[in-house]
Amino acid sequence: MAAIDGPKGTATSGAGLLAGLLGLGVFITIFMASRTHDPRFMVHAYIFMAAFTLALAVLVIGISADRFVQSEDKYEDGVIRAGVIASLFWGVVGMLVGVVIASQLSWPNLFYFPELGWLNFGRLRPLHTSAVVFAFGGNVLIATSFYVVQRTCKARLAGGIAPWVVFWGYQLFIILAATGYLMGVTQSREYAEPEWYVDIWLTIVWVTYLLVFLGTIWKRKEPHIYVANWFYLAFIVTVAMLHIVNNLAVPVSPLSSHSYSLFSGVQDALVQWWYGHNAVGFFLTAGFLAIMYYFIPKRAERPVYSYRLSIVHFWALIFIYIWAGPHHLHYTALPQWAQTLGMTFSIMLWMPSWGGMINGLMTLSGAWDKLRTDAVMRMLIASLAFYGMSTFEGPVMSVRAVNALSHYTDWTIGHVHSGALGWVGFVSFGAIYCLVPWLWKRPRLYSDRLVEWHFWIATIGILLYIAAMWVSGIMEGLMWREYTSEGFLAYSFVQTVQAKHVANMVRALGGLLYLSGTLIMVYNVWRTIRGDVAALETNAVLVQPAASGPVPTGTAAAQ
Amino acid sequence: MWKHHKKLERHSLLLVIGILVVVAIGGLVEISPLFYLESTIEKVDGIRPYTPLELAGRDIYVREGCYVCHSQMIRPLRDEVERYGHYSLAAESMYDHPFQWGSKRTGPDLARVGGKYSDGWQIDHLTNPRAVVPESVMPPYAFLAKKDLDYRDIADKLRAQRTVGVPYSDAMIANAVTDLETQADPFASGGTALKKRYGPKVNQRDFDGQPDRISDMDALIAYLQMLGTTVDFTTYKADAGENLR
Repeated sequence: MAAIDGPKGTATSGAGLLAGLLGLGVFITIFMASRTHDPRFMVHAYIFMAAFTLALAVLVIGISADRFVQSEDKYEDGVIRAGVIASLFWGVVGMLVGVVIASQLSWPNLFYFPELGWLNFGRLRPLHTSAVVFAFGGNVLIATSFYVVQRTCKARLAGGIAPWVVFWGYQLFIILAATGYLMGVTQSREYAEPEWYVDIWLTIVWVTYLLVFLGTIWKRKEPHIYVANWFYLAFIVTVAMLHIVNNLAVPVSPLSSHSYSLFSGVQDALVQWWYGHNAVGFFLTAGFLAIMYYFIPKRAERPVYSYRLSIVHFWALIFIYIWAGPHHLHYTALPQWAQTLGMTFSIMLWMPSWGGMINGLMTLSGAWDKLRTDAVMRMLIASLAFYGMSTFEGPVMSVRAVNALSHYTDWTIGHVHSGALGWVGFVSFGAIYCLVPWLWKRPRLYSDRLVEWHFWIATIGILLYIAAMWVSGIMEGLMWREYTSEGFLAYSFVQTVQAKHVANMVRALGGLLYLSGTLIMVYNVWRTIRGDVAALETNAVLVQPAASGPVPTGTAAAQ
Repeated sequence: MWKHHKKLERHSLLLVIGILVVVAIGGLVEISPLFYLESTIEKVDGIRPYTPLELAGRDIYVREGCYVCHSQMIRPLRDEVERYGHYSLAAESMYDHPFQWGSKRTGPDLARVGGKYSDGWQIDHLTNPRAVVPESVMPPYAFLAKKDLDYRDIADKLRAQRTVGVPYSDAMIANAVTDLETQADPFASGGTALKKRYGPKVNQRDFDGQPDRISDMDALIAYLQMLGTTVDFTTYKADAGENLR
């Protein structure tokens, strides 16, 4: 661990308190499991109980062996290493489920099982979206934020074992959500499907996360808070607000896995899409922009292109994003004034989005040759290209006239995936490729050539995926509204389903390629952690910057 | 201006407060008026709370993730109105906690599927979609007919719905179990009382074709068969002043 200034040998406080809370938790969950009539709630009570018991045992052993004495002069990197491994694990799971459900739509006779309802599309689709967005993306965000905030503040993570509580608490949330979807426990709110008790658990974990992050900033030895940390803060704070408001619900009973939303109909729809669009805006954009603002300057060894642009686009982005939700509800029963507001702000959003893209791309000024020599750098820059593309496509689709065609079609799915696979995926992969040698103290990755393979296989996968969805989405949109010369609807609905068959297969192939790229990455990361270097590459030029290099700060870019 | 921003960069709490204020504005301006502007939801005749059986069916619809592929929101576009029926009104989902408008049509819209197909067609289609529609990509739901509906907590469900604002009366909650059993049995004696509570248009029959049991299939089909059928469009004037939004 890198050395930093600070008092040494501070014992972790709170481990005892935490053990007490866990013990209480075990008793409460035993009580709940024994009293409920709801089998699905019982399963979740047992999962809670097992997790609490395990954590309690680890804590007790750890306290008695004095394992929680931590030195303030070292960075807490163990939790980040765990986060990197968890990210890759959940990434593979989420993408695999994605390939499965794409195959279900392509070959329904092969991939559906009449007696296994829990493997149906309706239950696996939330599993796919949550696994890639919250399990993969969330772990990447937590891990990178813990790394970045320590380095840019020159301070160890605050809260003793609290960062580990955040990490394991978040994994427990993922397991509860995933098992819940398979059992049919869902609120049916897209990207917020987990039920009320899982939402409460996530709220506890998330507030702990905010406190750890803020606490580390309070301990900082740099006067300025670096720009990446603004984005992480906006992401954590806003997601907390969205999560709490969108999940307001009344449980059927305190021992039931089911609840009913506090809102109904039109109000419920707008609350949900205010949340849903800003899950994109703050989880998948602001958080990953923070990754961009640390890892691209660091990898390129250049300061951020423009400090003023980062200020302008930060405030503009977070202000405007919040308004964009109603573009998911064009031509619905939502009053038109709200639709128009949503559309207007969605179009305005194009500018701050591209502000971020330009700030990231231009950071490469004077280092463009790295695009040719460094596949990790290319991955990071390609992510910005996809970010720029999907943040242009989004405003276009938010225009009511375009949305009349695109809404309810595969075009939306293609749009999401150009952002998710291209932007979120690639910027995450780039950050992980940077982090692994730094965290495990390796001079370089196992193989740069495997990074090349990952990059090209994944890029081809993305292109196949989004091209297939453009074709099928625009085609079905046009077929739905096509009239014969006699003035009748030209196609029945099922004819449009049939027409998408080829595009569905191409989509599944694209997803399979993307998953294959990720598996190559997992292999590369595993060999790097073991300390291997590919035989053919032992003499290759090192392209990684030194792990202990200077940290780019806000002031460095300022003048 | 740039100098002033330095204050935010040096004080994390100022930064957090700044972020919170900036991200709160959009939601406050867009969402809160929907709770007090009277024009948000049209005044129409016929909207009623779900019967206990329909509510249980709706919970199955949610449980199976039907909303993932089926919308319940017909847009006022020529082709949609001709394909699916009258465009959806805000009033039609005013008792939907949560809403089921959906965001994707991998399958067709279901906002007005009620009464479009027979119960028998629904059973066949849910059991094996490709037996009825060869090109379909819908999953099979044969297990619904083999699973007894668990309605032990149906009164609790009605009570929770009343807490969030659905006008279930004391009598509706007290008779929740009877009403549920009555609706799935065409020969049950409680039909008159059920229709008195929920309106004359309530369907009372054996939805799943298995007279000896109340299955998940009963509940789901009871829900599907009432979708979009409650509003009285003979009294609804789409171009009346108060309905222009």
